[in-house]
Amino acid sequence: MEFDWSVIGEAMPALLSGARLTILITIVGLVGGLLVGFLAGLMRAYGNAFLNAVAFAYVELIRGTPIVVQVMFIYFALPVLADIRVNPMTAAVTAIVVNAGAYIAEIVRGSFLSVHRGLKEAGLALGLPMWKVLVYIIGPVAFRRMIPPLGNQFIVSLKDTSLFIVIGVGELTRQGQEIMAANFRAVEIWSAVAILYLLMTGTLTLVLRVTEKRMRIL
Amino acid sequence: MSIVEFRNVTKTFGPVVVLREVDLNIDKGEVVVLIGPSGSGKSTLLRCINALEEINGGDLVVDNISVKAGRSQVRHIRQEAGMVFQQFNLFPQMTALDNVAFGPRRVRGVGRAEALEQARALLAKVGLAERGHHYPSELSGGQQQRVAIARALAVKPKLMLFDEPTSALDPELRHEVLRVMQALAEEGMTMIVVTHEMAFARQVGTRLIFMEDGKISVDGNPAALLANPENPRLREFLQHVH
Repeated sequence: MEFDWSVIGEAMPALLSGARLTILITIVGLVGGLLVGFLAGLMRAYGNAFLNAVAFAYVELIRGTPIVVQVMFIYFALPVLADIRVNPMTAAVTAIVVNAGAYIAEIVRGSFLSVHRGLKEAGLALGLPMWKVLVYIIGPVAFRRMIPPLGNQFIVSLKDTSLFIVIGVGELTRQGQEIMAANFRAVEIWSAVAILYLLMTGTLTLVLRVTEKRMRIL
Repeated sequence: MSIVEFRNVTKTFGPVVVLREVDLNIDKGEVVVLIGPSGSGKSTLLRCINALEEINGGDLVVDNISVKAGRSQVRHIRQEAGMVFQQFNLFPQMTALDNVAFGPRRVRGVGRAEALEQARALLAKVGLAERGHHYPSELSGGQQQRVAIARALAVKPKLMLFDEPTSALDPELRHEVLRVMQALAEEGMTMIVVTHEMAFARQVGTRLIFMEDGKISVDGNPAALLANPENPRLREFLQHVH
């Protein structure tokens, strides 16, 4: 078979608009996921028995089910169950928030608890309340340790957006699928799609590496 | 006047009794040296004073506040009782200067410029005026411990607690830390020191306490006790230390 470059040229505008949507879902989803993850992770690490149990149930529920099932539930089951109707884009972003949040919670918990106990004691011994110890002393040290596993999760979440093909969000994989269905040029289209994903994850990796270098990892 | 008062204090870790009904009064200006075999409860006794360990029985009053008086009162006690740890525990993400300025800024609410100026003076006092912009990882153990002493002093405590401050240091670095502690004692600071440094106990200490099995078994003048340890267990312990 012959690799037809013109197919890629023609498909590129649609693929790029798909990639834009992929990036949008990823960024908005991860900002929300970080908020949820920090909250749940700190509840797990420092909360009382009740908060700990709530966060634990959330993390186990999400980690124990596939993200495709989660987004289907949000998009198809919630309207039936609770009369909550959402558009595909909202369902996609919510799925990333909820899903990444659970994994990030474990990253946050692990990083905070990995900080040497002596630092907490040194902070408390100065007469600080616990929340200040977390914000000024343990938090900054833990944050540096979070960067590698967070980077991992960011890349996973970016690629997970491809699963939203099932609810018809026009992200990159969906765009590729639609073009392919029209012209049957599987090799060209899926190569282009793969390379666009690589460019996005590659950029993310680069940003993370620079961040990591700028903050001396402790 | 008592600044620390143990009244019948008991401390347990699960089934293990670490302090057994300890009574102890420490006055302002005393330099108390706590010694004893490992597991005798001396570090725990120290850590009860600033409530890093919670007591299980009796009462413990520091600067007229009970350690059982609740969280905000405990923070008061901690501000009046500075602590120096065996492992230094400096904040690794901050320079030496920021480590020292941290307490005044975040605990006492002092402004940044003023806190940094105080910190510079304190670093000079412990002989580290030139090292302010170094991170802890760039300092030797002896230097780190001196920064840690300056950090504790920055909050202007009435009392200083030292938990084996030289045990993690190479022998040649110990004297620089001990010298700073001696200078502090000569200024009249009340100090409670868990240590194995008998020369320090003899020269700087005003009181020597020997603990075994969660109890205070000998309490007296350091020079006299070290010259003539009548208690057989103390005598045996001192033979092992030297």
